[in-house]
Amino acid sequence: MKRFSVRIEVKFKPVVLDPQGKAVLNALCGLGFEEVNSARVGKLVELDMEGESAESVARRAEDMCRRLLSNPVIEDFSVETAEK
Amino acid sequence: MVSFGVLLFPGSNCERDCLHAIRDVLNRPCDLVWHEETSLDGIDCVVIPGGFSYGDYLRAGAVARFSPVMDAVRELAERQVPVIGICNGFQILVESGLLPGAFLHNSSLKFVCRWTRVSVEDTDTPFTCLLREGETLRLPVANAQGNFVLPPGEADASGRRIVLRYDGGNTATEAASNPSGAQDAIAGIANSEGNVLGMMPHPERSFESLLGSEDGRKMFESAISWIESRNSRPGAI
Repeated sequence: MKRFSVRIEVKFKPVVLDPQGKAVLNALCGLGFEEVNSARVGKLVELDMEGESAESVARRAEDMCRRLLSNPVIEDFSVETAEK
Repeated sequence: MVSFGVLLFPGSNCERDCLHAIRDVLNRPCDLVWHEETSLDGIDCVVIPGGFSYGDYLRAGAVARFSPVMDAVRELAERQVPVIGICNGFQILVESGLLPGAFLHNSSLKFVCRWTRVSVEDTDTPFTCLLREGETLRLPVANAQGNFVLPPGEADASGRRIVLRYDGGNTATEAASNPSGAQDAIAGIANSEGNVLGMMPHPERSFESLLGSEDGRKMFESAISWIESRNSRPGAI
């Protein structure tokens, strides 16, 4: 068994409005960062996992995303793995 | 006699209001059902109360949907037993896939806690069968994530059973009437069969005029009447 650090990003689908992102954008513009055109706020989940290979670990993590970590109706996810 | 069951998850906080409404005001039997129960035998109507199940971590309702009792809820729902999810209960029903859509943070990004008026748009459900179409109910909301959205790609709700809409809909007064910014001002939606209803406003908090409104009581009286008339039909289960 090898150990992997797994980095899971969960973001709203591009077509879904993001009220939090909109508030962040407004706040940034208010602070003078007027060059910002848009802001989206997502979630980052970091896991420490054991597995045979990067592929098998990624498959398990994707299964977690589909079942619990993301809501497939409104969110997309991405999984990155790195052996420790 | 029609018997109710109110589910209890770690973090639920409206279950006592539901018990009071059903036992003390309607004088009907009502049990609290811990989320680890696997059977809902003998229960004619399931109530999933509001609160913050599992602290609303990850997404509201996302963890509660995996509780053992939710398998029993799914089974009853398939057998056309009336199920109502209120506030966090609505979020749990959506996360479990028993109702369509999803929830976002309120468009104001604030927790909203106030009275609303909702209009009844579908009277062919257990919870609205004694109401009139277009009737307005005065019910309170209290939530941070009541911003209901239909699955992306559904531009409107034409294929869905919208049961309750914030009165005023998508008009100029939207901010005042649609407290969370929900799509199409949706306050309550049912599954295609109509027996599973999710709603953001709290009917259980509007059972007594002393507390500002008795309108929520009509929804539970509807459920009792619906169940009694179904049970009196020959061949009823």
